[in-house]
Amino acid sequence: MAETPTPKPMTLEDKLGLLTYKNDHTSHIKIFDANVCLNCPNKPCVTGCPAGVYNWDAVQKKIVFSHENCIECGAARMLCPFNNIEWNPPRGGFGVSYKYG
Amino acid sequence: MADDKFDAIVVGAGPAGTSAAIVMARAGLNVALLERGEYPGAKNVQGAVLYSKMLEEIVPEFWKDCTGLERAIVDERVFVLTDDSALQMGFKTTAFQTEPANSYTIIRVNFDKWFAKKAEEAGVTLVTGITVSDVIKKEKQIVGVKTTEGDELLADVVIACDGVNSILAQKAGLHREWKSHEVALGVKEILALSREKIEDRFCLEGDQGSTTEMIGDITKGMLGYAFMYTNKETIALGLGCAVDDFQRTNIKPYDLLEELKRHPMIRRYIQGSTSVEYSAHLIPEGGYNVMPPLYADGMLLAGDAAQMINPTHREGSNLAMAAGRLAGETVIEAKKKGNYSAQTLSLYRKKLEDSFILKDMKDHKDIEDEVRKRREIMSIYPKMAVEAAHDYFLVDGLPKRDHTKRIIKRALSRRSLLKMAVDGWKLRSAVI
Repeated sequence: MAETPTPKPMTLEDKLGLLTYKNDHTSHIKIFDANVCLNCPNKPCVTGCPAGVYNWDAVQKKIVFSHENCIECGAARMLCPFNNIEWNPPRGGFGVSYKYG
Repeated sequence: MADDKFDAIVVGAGPAGTSAAIVMARAGLNVALLERGEYPGAKNVQGAVLYSKMLEEIVPEFWKDCTGLERAIVDERVFVLTDDSALQMGFKTTAFQTEPANSYTIIRVNFDKWFAKKAEEAGVTLVTGITVSDVIKKEKQIVGVKTTEGDELLADVVIACDGVNSILAQKAGLHREWKSHEVALGVKEILALSREKIEDRFCLEGDQGSTTEMIGDITKGMLGYAFMYTNKETIALGLGCAVDDFQRTNIKPYDLLEELKRHPMIRRYIQGSTSVEYSAHLIPEGGYNVMPPLYADGMLLAGDAAQMINPTHREGSNLAMAAGRLAGETVIEAKKKGNYSAQTLSLYRKKLEDSFILKDMKDHKDIEDEVRKRREIMSIYPKMAVEAAHDYFLVDGLPKRDHTKRIIKRALSRRSLLKMAVDGWKLRSAVI
């Protein structure tokens, strides 16, 4: 049977599932002040982060993040219009390890 | 601690750092090369195109044993894309194939591992899995670095080659945080496909390689472009757009990448491939106008950490290698004088100004700002070009003169002649 030319859609989870991580129990990401996010109109960290690390929790009314999914581009710092995200490289040897890069 | 003191500490085992380390070690300096990844390359992402000239100046005849090389690039293409069409341009020549080729596609991690090994062979002390968190200052002079584990390492000079997210340059007070319009965010997938299929689909013989840059609707009006590079048994497919545009539009980078994979002009190239890696990285695109100071007392900056990129020409790692070499040479001279003050190290700036690096960066310094002032051209011109090509090739029973009139009329309805002339003048340095 001929292959369909359109590739199967991949979810972000599929994409992240291809990667190897060494998880650190301490987070290399911090939100300085959760209240700042309340007044952030379009929350670009949620959409712009290429690993979907940041999510808006409608119940808790705050940004929740999963640092263990971070692929270490560092964009979060610049995506946040209020400079409210602290991002440092993970400790030595921790985090994502690319095989192709 | 005196035993631990190095002549130089280089932070970051990428193209800039490894180049600097090799040059200094060969001159007999005691050099430490610190890398935060578990192995060199673990944290690094590139398209990736490697230009031979700058590497050859550091590792002569590198092509004979460099394990990172994939294909010699003989075909350079540009696609102007709309949703259903592509205006395709390109330059193909076997002249670029003669060893060393003008450029190669590389698997960046393999390349960085190989390059770091060359540094070790030259006598460099390579330490991996070590994240530098701060500089150590003695009065004004930088005299070493601190790690996240609390260790301290001392040296006469520190070269910060820690990439676009250079924590070190900020800690040293050399620059502020980048702004969202000064960096682009790139996402990429590595798609595995048989060698035979790649060579057939891209019309390549043996280890010939091809690159395709794509502009137009695929970035949805955001400032950026997509790319498709052939490796031996993989295709690198990705795109990069300005972070302020991602911020403004709420477009998800991975969704955009999925759209690219399904684009009717792209999907056939990658049909039947398997994605083996997804990656993301920042690209410093503020350029010359936002470059931090390149030297301080006891410190030099090179590569992405210093915004050394020429995005108009898809160049970056070559600037990094050349700058790393010049930084290394500057330190060698400083050691002869026994003086590592900013004044002595300012020689580095002079060397960069005499090289292609700052010349190219100066020539292209305003392009992105000019495009930003007229963002709409990111979609107007691709549309115009594709419509013109469509009408040029269309046979519909009307005389050609009517087609020509229609092309001109439609173009002018999209942008006035005056505006087009101004665009052309303001953006001329993109092509010359």
